[in-house]
Amino acid sequence: MSAIKLKNIVKRYGDGFPAVNDVSIDIADGEFVILVGPSGCGKSTLLRMIVGLEDITDGELSIGEKVVNDLPPRERNLAMVFQNYALYPHLSVYENIAFPLRLAKAPDDEVDTKVREASATLELDEHLERKPGNLSGGQRQRVAMGRAIVREADAFLFDEPLSNLDAKLRGQMRTEIARLQKKLGITTVYVTHDQTEAMTLGDRVAVLKKGVLQQLATPRELYENPGNLFVAGFIGSPPMNFLPAEVEGTQLKLPFGTVEIGEEKAAKGRDKGLLIAGIRPEHFEDASLSDKASDGSTFSAPVDFVEWLGHETYAYVPFEAPAEVKERLAELEKDLDGEGLRTQLVVSLDGATTIKQGEDAKLWVDASKIHLFDPSSGENLTVDAEHAGEIHGRAMAEAAALPD
Amino acid sequence: MKRKIGLVVGVALVLVWCLLPVAWILALSFKSQAAVSNGSDPGFLPLDSFAGWSNYADVWADEQFRRAILNSIGISLISTLLSVIIATLAAYAIARLEFRGKKAVLSVALAIAMFPVVSLVSPLFDLWRTIGLYDTWPGLILPYMSFTLPLAIWTLTAFFREIPWEMEQAAQVDGATSWQAFRKVIVPLAAPGVFTAAILTFFFAWNDFVFGITLTSTEAARPIPAALSFFVGPDPFQRPASLLAAAAVIATIPIVLIVLVFQRKIVAGLTSGAVKG
Repeated sequence: MSAIKLKNIVKRYGDGFPAVNDVSIDIADGEFVILVGPSGCGKSTLLRMIVGLEDITDGELSIGEKVVNDLPPRERNLAMVFQNYALYPHLSVYENIAFPLRLAKAPDDEVDTKVREASATLELDEHLERKPGNLSGGQRQRVAMGRAIVREADAFLFDEPLSNLDAKLRGQMRTEIARLQKKLGITTVYVTHDQTEAMTLGDRVAVLKKGVLQQLATPRELYENPGNLFVAGFIGSPPMNFLPAEVEGTQLKLPFGTVEIGEEKAAKGRDKGLLIAGIRPEHFEDASLSDKASDGSTFSAPVDFVEWLGHETYAYVPFEAPAEVKERLAELEKDLDGEGLRTQLVVSLDGATTIKQGEDAKLWVDASKIHLFDPSSGENLTVDAEHAGEIHGRAMAEAAALPD
Repeated sequence: MKRKIGLVVGVALVLVWCLLPVAWILALSFKSQAAVSNGSDPGFLPLDSFAGWSNYADVWADEQFRRAILNSIGISLISTLLSVIIATLAAYAIARLEFRGKKAVLSVALAIAMFPVVSLVSPLFDLWRTIGLYDTWPGLILPYMSFTLPLAIWTLTAFFREIPWEMEQAAQVDGATSWQAFRKVIVPLAAPGVFTAAILTFFFAWNDFVFGITLTSTEAARPIPAALSFFVGPDPFQRPASLLAAAAVIATIPIVLIVLVFQRKIVAGLTSGAVKG
């Protein structure tokens, strides 16, 4: 087991296009780090550079104390689980798991002990003699993991290991992976585009956009203190709401009314003209159900659609945004692999709410949780820097400057 | 129902069309030499003139025939083996590596495969006599390889392209050198392709007549198809038709065996289960 250090890693392809741009991450021994971002953000390339399947154009990669930039994959002693499992179809499950040991010329009895140990951990015992072609997706996934855990590798690397499974199995395997990692205490780097996996699995999460590291922090820090619009929009489901806003005194002017935000926050956004306010859906509440509804942060808004999920209710409130903000949000939506269909507010209310679609609803917003973003740079003006991990200043602007 | 009858009739027609010559040769090989010469038993089945295994025994007793069979087996197997090994390596390089002139290699290979065999015979005859390859095993193995390699390379390249890159990368991460990854993962996965190429190469070498008759002069290297054309029975003035038929049947046996053995290896979908898809 070892720490992995990425220092100013750059990957440039033949056409000069930087797929990974100056990324530095220190992964501690035994830590579970997630690389997350929309498709094409360079997360897989970064992982493949760590494992040695992709050359490093510039920068320094060390595992333990050793710089491994120029070592072939087999000398890095890392185990990897591929997105499509990459099992050896001509070998039985047993031989698939034993493959790394056989390559290392381990004696037969040692191979047998280790394979059986791994198969017991992964509950593959009754499948050992079968061929991968006869296994279900989840079983194949476990075989791929067995192949990784059977050898005492310095670290595990996962490349979107769950993206080929159906939703239910994905949830189970996610827990399984987390449990296994905690049990083995092995350094792990995990690539995904799924923010739920990122939030639930990682000790720390690195959010990437177009090969530029945006923020590296714990899931909680990312959620509560996103460094910029991109991170804010990427982490969380349903995503954070972005509204055009302006600070006047200690008041924040939103499309539906004004909200008192206090001097400290207001000072950060004052005299900056039009801003983007970011408010998470759950920071709203049905004013009639809230006992805090009297502190001046209530407003009335037309609800055009309601989704009742039992424990909570999503209400959709359309609003008009000035062209400048609209354009910015459409751009952001594109970066996040989504489509900017309409500007609307999604609020998550208690399941007990009686708000109906087509009605005007009285909503309360938790003003202390509002973030203010600079529309041009995308930076979070109200970030609590002490609880935001590493934010890479101007990362969003840097990424935006790169060609698509 | 109607379609089923049509299918049965169609299959029967094709079978008769394909197997009639074989059946004919088989029937002929069991008739006595005399009956064939004077036409006393013109029927398809050897009724009055049934000769039992005597034709086969006579052919097998012939020293030259045994020698020709040995030549054919040896030459065909060696050219198949060499051709498949070289083609596997070449095809892997073409499928996996980026290098200049990759297209050129493939098109030249195809061009060679299309080259008419006959036009090469006389230059080769001269060349082989000069450098001492005339009437030797290598003298036949070389032209067989050069004609079967292109086809083998094309077949195998297609197979290698179908094998996902990840297989190899997984092996490398698991601790394999490039060579180990090739030998332990890629080659087993390409086995159907390798055996297809092997069968094609073996057929070409076994069935060749033109090279066999022009580049050999004695039983030192003469393969079976050429040897059959020189075959003379005990009576030089009588064509030994039933003996030839028996010889032809014997010459077919190795081909049937090879196909039966290799066919089992050509299992489609061997790569299923490697990756999700």
